[in-house]
Amino acid sequence: MRSYAGQRAALAIVQLAVLSILVFVLTALLPGDAADMRFTETLTPEQIAQLRAQLGLDQPALERFTHWFGNVLTGDLGTSLISGGPVRDIVKASVGATLVLTLATLAVVVPLAVALGILMGARENGRLDRTITSVTLALSAIPDFVIAVVLVALFSLKLGWLPATWVGGSLLANPVLLVLPVAVLLGRTVCLLSRQVRAGTINALHADYVVQARRLGVPRRRLLLRHVLPNAAVPGVQELARTGDTLLGGVLVVEAIFAIPGFATALVDGVETRDVPVVQGLTLVLAVAALLINLGADLVCNRLVPRTELLR
Amino acid sequence: MSVVQMRLNLTTIFINGRIRAGDHPSSEPLTVKEIWMSEALNRRGFLGLAGGLGLAALTGCGSDGTSNAAAQPKAGGRLRAVFAGGGAKEVLDPHVQSLFVDIARHKAMYEKLVELGPDLKPLPRLAEKWEPDAQAATWRFTLRDATFHDGRKLTSEDVLYSLARIADPAVPERVAQSSLASLDLRRCKAIDPRTVELVLAAPNAEFPALLAGIGTHIVRDGFKDPTKPVGTGAFKFVSFEAGRSMVANRYDEYWDGAAKLEELQILSADTEARANALQGGQAEYANEMTATFARTAEAGKTVKIVAAKGATTQAFVMKVDQAPFDNPDVRMAFKLLADRQRLVDVVLAGRGTVGNDLFGKGFQYYPGDLPQRERNVEEAKALLKKAGLLNKEVEIFTSDSTAGFVEAATLFAEQVGEAGVKLKVTTGSAQTYAKDLLTKGAIGSHRSGAMPIPQYITDRLLSKSPFNVTHWRQPAFDAAFASAQVQTDEAARATKYGELQKTLRDQGGILAWGHPDFMVGVTAKVQGVQAVPPNTLDSARFDKVWLA
Repeated sequence: MRSYAGQRAALAIVQLAVLSILVFVLTALLPGDAADMRFTETLTPEQIAQLRAQLGLDQPALERFTHWFGNVLTGDLGTSLISGGPVRDIVKASVGATLVLTLATLAVVVPLAVALGILMGARENGRLDRTITSVTLALSAIPDFVIAVVLVALFSLKLGWLPATWVGGSLLANPVLLVLPVAVLLGRTVCLLSRQVRAGTINALHADYVVQARRLGVPRRRLLLRHVLPNAAVPGVQELARTGDTLLGGVLVVEAIFAIPGFATALVDGVETRDVPVVQGLTLVLAVAALLINLGADLVCNRLVPRTELLR
Repeated sequence: MSVVQMRLNLTTIFINGRIRAGDHPSSEPLTVKEIWMSEALNRRGFLGLAGGLGLAALTGCGSDGTSNAAAQPKAGGRLRAVFAGGGAKEVLDPHVQSLFVDIARHKAMYEKLVELGPDLKPLPRLAEKWEPDAQAATWRFTLRDATFHDGRKLTSEDVLYSLARIADPAVPERVAQSSLASLDLRRCKAIDPRTVELVLAAPNAEFPALLAGIGTHIVRDGFKDPTKPVGTGAFKFVSFEAGRSMVANRYDEYWDGAAKLEELQILSADTEARANALQGGQAEYANEMTATFARTAEAGKTVKIVAAKGATTQAFVMKVDQAPFDNPDVRMAFKLLADRQRLVDVVLAGRGTVGNDLFGKGFQYYPGDLPQRERNVEEAKALLKKAGLLNKEVEIFTSDSTAGFVEAATLFAEQVGEAGVKLKVTTGSAQTYAKDLLTKGAIGSHRSGAMPIPQYITDRLLSKSPFNVTHWRQPAFDAAFASAQVQTDEAARATKYGELQKTLRDQGGILAWGHPDFMVGVTAKVQGVQAVPPNTLDSARFDKVWLA
């Protein structure tokens, strides 16, 4: 177990290094640099050239990268080329909203998906199974921006029950802000997750040990919760890790519609303004989170169903 | 992001289901393609060059927040105004501003010596009057009796300090650096606490307009920390968070009469969120609204549209030193091929006016007496035949950096096609488009907003202009413009500018086909919002706004 975690950590460092190089190269391949992005027809080409020198963008790419990388090793994510402030502040400012949104979504989607998955699996191909499948599939088939626009039009603009955006709002003062974004993200995530739980449930229900347990007369409720669920949850947990990744990366469409100052918005802003240190910093944080989540998911699966091959 | 925005917008259209040919003033029904083309938006309003036509606005068009004449201005309340955001790019330093949201925030707290009226003519603000010498080289400005938020009086020293701060070569982002480069700071001096003498290295009768430009605010002598704003404006700083919000409170000692509003919040949000926030009661004012939104809003009762008619300019720009546009006949042929009304109806959804191949329709010095250029395919064909361009292909360089660029280029390609020239639309990177256009594309898309006409010429149409997208470099034109600029008599100056603009209209590389409206959305209770071009005194000016 410990050597497994060690291996994963070593692999993670290599992955992060490769990712950093990749992000740097890809950003460098985009047309223009952070100085060019200020060219909004208010700054003259001479002013831009001066700015470029000030930002150090006239230095060779390799030099800029090694400088950045050296700083990261000391725990310093660098300075934004656009705001001039520390990248750490930009990460901090954008991660909060996304984190809250992710946790709130998971808090709703996990119990819901597990309940639906077991219900469907236990009544494989029954009417209930088909109904839930149709509804969740339909929800995931509708693009999230359509769901969002419809929900906003109905609950905010028409009925006036819920706030339409996060504009000028604060989560602490007004937690209701979460309702619509979470509803949209729910539609997007509940289907896949419940399908995985359903598949796991069906597999488990058909497994020899369950058949045997049934023969032995284990009560149905206990059978489902005690014997089926842990096994059925394995694909679900892995899917959950993927869902967590996606949500943490921020969901651009949802952030744009509800004006949520989250991770995806910060990342897109960073790319659009060629703010390389910000893009690098955000992707790095995101990658670390993704690695941790996946590691966590693997460990949880191992806990649920100890299988040595999983850890090999 | 623009892809996302486009998707969102298309969704809105889909949901609203309001697209009908009847929505457009055009007599012919629109094709489906044209309907899609007529909807476009940009995420962020880059400063200023989105400008507008003041005269039409003044003569009263669109719904205007002041229409309720019977209502007496009422004090109190909070106004939340939403503007296109700029994320980490948003700043508090008024000398570094470039986004509409920054301009609005700084305007609430800081002021300039001079501002621009609805026709882009200079108006006194912190300077209550000014007097040039006979050469227009030395200017005396008399300051108003204004007080900074910390209680100190405005003095000449504050003016000199502000101008020196703008000119600081160590900070190239100070936007007014180039426009105020002719200022000879060493010879500028304070005559007394309320009189300041500014000296120019090169005489310029338009100098007051330069002091009304972007990033020319007066800060306090010794102002160092932009995160602690101290100005003379109608609102006092409370808090700021880049990419989100700025909060300010009424400043009771404001020299121009204290604002009615108790609190002002200037918030950032993308197009769709601005629309939803306004309609959903989370904001009372939304800047830069789309034609789609205006149509929805006008169908309901909760939101009003305040439109500055024809406030910005959209054009195709031809590089006069590159084939085939180095031939004046080809330039004229293209100008004759544009179906301007159709472009306005389709690309701007009818919310704009046709252009006459000149910037700044309705602004001070605009030659309104020149005949409107009409479409003439036969004449154009003859010119193209003479130039040997029939059945040839020309590339038009565009991008989705501005609402309507790609749509206009696509539609124009069809219009040019009718004369037998194939116009191939090439789309470049949106973020670097402004810079790329300087060198790329014999013909491309161009937009510009509100600025005085002489400034537009200085920036774009002289041999040394930094943003000369048409490569119009004519020593005779430069000389004529320079001689107009030193003319202290306004009427004489106007005559000379008029002649120069006639030359541009007939020989230049600018095919200005339309002037889009500049639209602001407000809720029903908001009063006192003026329909004026951006970058003018009354645009995004909240000290005269009140809540009914």
